[in-house]
Amino acid sequence: MRPPHFRLNSFLSPNPLDDSRFMSQSALIDRRTVIDWLGIMPFMIFALLFLILPTLYLVGGAFLTPDGDFTFKNIADLFSPNIVSAYWISIKVSIASSLGGAVIGFFLAWAIVMGGVPSFVRSGLLTFSGVASNFAGVPLAFAFIATLGRTGLVTVLLRDLIGFNLYSTGFNLLSFLGLTITYMFFQIPLMVLILTPALDGMKREWREASEILGASTWQYWRMIALPILWPSLLGTTLLLFANAFGAIATAYALTGSSLNIVPILLYAQIRGDVLHNPNLGYALALGMIVITGLSNVLYIWLRSRAERWQK
Amino acid sequence: MKSTRFLAWLAIAVGAIYFIVPLIGTFEFSLRMRRGEYSFDAYHSVFSDIQFRSTFGFSMLMALFTIIFGMLLVVPTAYWVRLRLPKLRPVIEFITLLPLVIPAIVIVFGYLRLYNSSSFLPLTNSTSGTNMLLVFSYMTLSLPYMYRAVDTAMRMIDVATLTEAAESLGAKWPTIMFRCIFPNVMSGVLSGAFITFAIVMGEFTMAALLNRPAFGPYLQLVGANKAYEPSALAIIAFAITWLSMGLLQLVSRFQKTAPVKA
Repeated sequence: MRPPHFRLNSFLSPNPLDDSRFMSQSALIDRRTVIDWLGIMPFMIFALLFLILPTLYLVGGAFLTPDGDFTFKNIADLFSPNIVSAYWISIKVSIASSLGGAVIGFFLAWAIVMGGVPSFVRSGLLTFSGVASNFAGVPLAFAFIATLGRTGLVTVLLRDLIGFNLYSTGFNLLSFLGLTITYMFFQIPLMVLILTPALDGMKREWREASEILGASTWQYWRMIALPILWPSLLGTTLLLFANAFGAIATAYALTGSSLNIVPILLYAQIRGDVLHNPNLGYALALGMIVITGLSNVLYIWLRSRAERWQK
Repeated sequence: MKSTRFLAWLAIAVGAIYFIVPLIGTFEFSLRMRRGEYSFDAYHSVFSDIQFRSTFGFSMLMALFTIIFGMLLVVPTAYWVRLRLPKLRPVIEFITLLPLVIPAIVIVFGYLRLYNSSSFLPLTNSTSGTNMLLVFSYMTLSLPYMYRAVDTAMRMIDVATLTEAAESLGAKWPTIMFRCIFPNVMSGVLSGAFITFAIVMGEFTMAALLNRPAFGPYLQLVGANKAYEPSALAIIAFAITWLSMGLLQLVSRFQKTAPVKA
């Protein structure tokens, strides 16, 4: 449900905004062009007011002093220990949960596409993935507190049945590891949903040809399947990374403000200017946009590479 | 081949355990409210909470407005782009995907600065203005899903021919829009509506920062103050998501068989 299946090659085509060759023609066409553009005005105005301008306002504010002078000081201030550590924990949680989600999601997608399991397993898993990838936010935190929290089902069962005290090992749900495990609950299904079509696109002939030529299963994966799949794999992992990086509700409900990650820091900043500099808050937001933006740009680029094989 | 199948089942088993155990854990926890025995007391307590009802109702209303205004914005745009400005499609698609790139918390931060009491459009000055802003923020959040759902449905119909047919029968544009285009992309409108509903019902960031009494912030509040009710609420929220997604699957299945029937 989530992944954008849009064609990006067409985005690289000559500038669609360039209507200059119409201008020399008759006034009739001119009027038509105006009407054409009027038709998408409501959408453009909406996007401008509620998507683009708010973002640009923050981006601009990141380079201003509270008095309105241009400065790089806010960006430089991002490198203070507190903020750097927030970014670092956010990046670590996002990398860990996206890699974990990608690996497990890959094996699940592989199992339902190539593992020879009955078709009800496939449709069941895909339906469940559609639900679970949208089951995020506050309720997800509740679910994991009830499962792996101090009195959660798994914690209690481990203690009572095999005498294993999870929390004496230093495990804490309200920590890096706990947050990673929780995030994987929506990361894995997202990976399954995006990767299943990619694996479906692997042609049977490629496998047969490699087998006829005497390749082992390992050689098939190493020399054929993975080289074809890696843009999808890496691209989707990046998408999962951005997905985790921007998430706040789950982390906030799980840890309150005890875990210092960027979205929570920004939340506190919006609520009460904890950084004592509104413009530093804008810089914090800019940093988030840059990180999620970069991973999305890479994802889009990798996706267009992956599509070469799916014609 | 045998080892492949074994590995496949192993993967499925690991995945199933990972996904099902938290759900069982949550459900079990939600039954623990009465000491020494399982009961539905936590659910009883949730449903009799007046705040539950009011926040749930508020979020439902917001979801409804989001779906209506979102579709009134998205369907004509997708139609117009397909009919008259096909060259602009990549640009529009790019814009509709931006909410996946820009984190929600950043978008709402921008709103708070841009539409505060001293701005050109002081929406946060009044309750109704803030509610409007909340609906706009939800429309923005659901834009990627709505646009894609509608655009996919529109790919299956021939908008140009439909429009010409309607025009040659003397239809004006409201008739074309609401009696030709909308009914023909209904499956897309409905799938977009269900996913929007699922998103809006549990949404926390926007509502919390705009200070609106929605279901998401209520969930967070209960989570911070109560023991067993949060699990019951998580089960209820999961049921809502499951219901929306189930209806979505139903609609998309209908969509696939529709051209055969016609």
